[in-house]
Amino acid sequence: MDFGNFLAALTPLNLAVAMFGVVAGTLIGSIPGLTATMAVAVLVPISFGMAPETALILLGAIYTGAIYGGAYAAILLNTPGTPSAIATTFDGYPLAKRGKGDLAVAIACFSSVFGGLVGAFALLFLAPPLASVALAFGPVEYFWLSIFGLSLIASLSQGNLMMGLAGGALGMIMSTVGVAEISADIRLTFGSQTMISGFEVVGAMIGLYCIPVLIDMCSTGEKHLKITGEVAKMPILSAARITFNSKFNLIRSSIIGTLVGILPGAGGSVAGLVAYTEAKRTAKPHQRFGEGEPDGIIATESANNATVGGGFIPTLVLGIPGTPPDAVILGALMVQGVRTGPELFQSNGSIVYTFIYGLLIATILMLPIGLIIGRYAYKSIVTIPKAVLVPTVGFMTIIGTYAIRNSISDVVVMLCLGVFGWLISKYGFSASPIVLGLILGPIAEQGFVQAWTIGAAVNNLPGMFFGRPLSQAIIAFTLISLVLPWYLSRKTQNKADA
Amino acid sequence: MLIKKIAKHTAMLTMAAAVSMSASSTYADSVNYIIPFGPGGESDISARIQQSFYKEKFGDDLVISYKPGGGGAAGWASLNGLNGDGQTIMGVNLPHIVIKPAQKDVGFTTDGIHTFYMFHYTPDAIVVVADSPYQTLQDLIDDAKSKPGGVVMSGSGKASANNLAQIKFDKMADINTTYVSFKGTGASTAALLGEQVTAQWGYTSVGAKQGSAVRMLAVAMEDRHPLFPNVPTFKELGFDMVGGAYRGIALPSSASAETVTTWSNRIGEINADPAFRQKMINGGFALLDIDASQMAEFMKERSTEYLMDARAAGLIK
Repeated sequence: MDFGNFLAALTPLNLAVAMFGVVAGTLIGSIPGLTATMAVAVLVPISFGMAPETALILLGAIYTGAIYGGAYAAILLNTPGTPSAIATTFDGYPLAKRGKGDLAVAIACFSSVFGGLVGAFALLFLAPPLASVALAFGPVEYFWLSIFGLSLIASLSQGNLMMGLAGGALGMIMSTVGVAEISADIRLTFGSQTMISGFEVVGAMIGLYCIPVLIDMCSTGEKHLKITGEVAKMPILSAARITFNSKFNLIRSSIIGTLVGILPGAGGSVAGLVAYTEAKRTAKPHQRFGEGEPDGIIATESANNATVGGGFIPTLVLGIPGTPPDAVILGALMVQGVRTGPELFQSNGSIVYTFIYGLLIATILMLPIGLIIGRYAYKSIVTIPKAVLVPTVGFMTIIGTYAIRNSISDVVVMLCLGVFGWLISKYGFSASPIVLGLILGPIAEQGFVQAWTIGAAVNNLPGMFFGRPLSQAIIAFTLISLVLPWYLSRKTQNKADA
Repeated sequence: MLIKKIAKHTAMLTMAAAVSMSASSTYADSVNYIIPFGPGGESDISARIQQSFYKEKFGDDLVISYKPGGGGAAGWASLNGLNGDGQTIMGVNLPHIVIKPAQKDVGFTTDGIHTFYMFHYTPDAIVVVADSPYQTLQDLIDDAKSKPGGVVMSGSGKASANNLAQIKFDKMADINTTYVSFKGTGASTAALLGEQVTAQWGYTSVGAKQGSAVRMLAVAMEDRHPLFPNVPTFKELGFDMVGGAYRGIALPSSASAETVTTWSNRIGEINADPAFRQKMINGGFALLDIDASQMAEFMKERSTEYLMDARAAGLIK
């Protein structure tokens, strides 16, 4: 980790590559359906001719840019560009609706850069000890973690707990359709070969979030996002002030993002949601989450970019990809002929450290690049007439959905879910619990089946599920987050009654 | 203003390029190589290694795209509907294409997949962590005999290569181990390293990646793997087991005999390149040269074995 590696990361070529990667990643990530994994996979062949560290910097920069780019569509169109940006829609879109889309996009940029830096510094200084955290998580911990994630539905669906739970249950049932990941059973296809592939999470997400917005755009004559009379002169400066005033939220969310990123199989969507809920749980009385509260954007965006650095920890230390884009990057390294795995740090230390510095530099470059692209994204969404905007976005949802698995049936499913999502939104149901169920259902199921199999083999099922200290901590957390809000609201109600 | 305009146009062009690259990924003379899984897996990695050699030898681009879904079924079910002009090929995996259609109607049959080359396999291997008490395969067998079902082994997938290897070995060694299915080799390796399980049914590629963090007790190859001269084969230890996860390439059924021969020769040529072989060996893969002319016999032999083992274990009816 000497100074030489830092200088190596600063060569003009590496800088140019980092810049190109951030720009390309941000643009690709901003299109709903083109995820970070896709962005990295599409651009892998470009990296073949490069030196391994330059290739890594390119792919890392694309990855981090794509995670940030996902925020644009989330804020301006209520559609997460990548699954990591689900929770960005909760407050980003309401803020944009209030005419402060440019402010929201700038806040997302500052938060993403901060989170990205925390994750990258964790990778630089704490990689080996943090990698052991990934290994301490067994199947049963993943099971309880997903239960904790599902418990977030309770706090996300204010007032409508039953509706939220119904949505979550529907999402979990949908997640079981098709070939079961670990038992290889073929379930709930009703004899249809199309359904063997099951519901694709990103496609379903585009349908449930984006199509209702498009339908609503068509059904009203107003502009999509109105511009308020008092346009902030310097949205960037006030965004910086708002973001860095929430120091505590920023740091907490970045740490959550880093830790969740380390766990293979959890990913940015879970990190964003957990950070969002924590921010909401500790909100001050004047803050109104879900109605355009900047802290909601800050929490999600810092957490999801922190997963980038976090995810590289098991990837580089153990050779086990922390997130799906990491798997692609590991593959690209193997093609390059670099031995990955535990020996990478020893045998190729200079490649690894040059890359980590490169990732840091790319993250910093994301600040100016992100602010500039963000302003263009905002301006074009606001100024383009609806008659052009709706078909353009509609076209992108179809291309994006198709591109994930090169499957036309995914597009049909996406459109059907879109109409379904629009109908239920008229009855007050929201899309998020369904998507949460869809994402967490398989993690819960796999963890449960694996933990049960192992527990039964060692004749200690209760010990497997309730006896492990890490599990106990997660269970305690779940109980606190479920019971505390209820207890507090009862207490204030009692006071009001008395 | 000009700069602004340029920036705007560049941005739009990049977007358009990204969309078209990921959506269609076919341009003139390039070959569309479809992997029926997501990016980052071993099927993707071995295809990526072929990619650069193909370009070098034949001049055209080999463009890799992904059609995941249903454990590969979505891709294979679509294969014979694609153009058979030789510009589209698809990755094929064993035992998947034998086991899946035997489970249920998944939209394709094993015989309907026209595989023209099997170019490598990742040999099955029993892997333990470096400080495991098992020094040899016999240690594991003794332990499993003393506590039936108590030795827990992770592996990737149910009715998969790992699972079938576990079933076969348990029968041969007359032991009873517990198999825990994980989503992919990465997750199954993480469970091993975190000591959530006693041992792993993995592949030589796990040994190649994990290096000194793990120890392989035996590998399912005819001869020892060049990367691991100290790891015995199951055969040496008295268990007649050779196999793993086989990977090949298929053409749509409408492809002419001539196209099949051309492709079989091309892949054979890449497989013969010493630099390619070295890269594959370093990744822990084992090269295989089953070309179009030997395919029928090879498939028959593998299918019979897979179906027999899977049926005996109740994985298929």
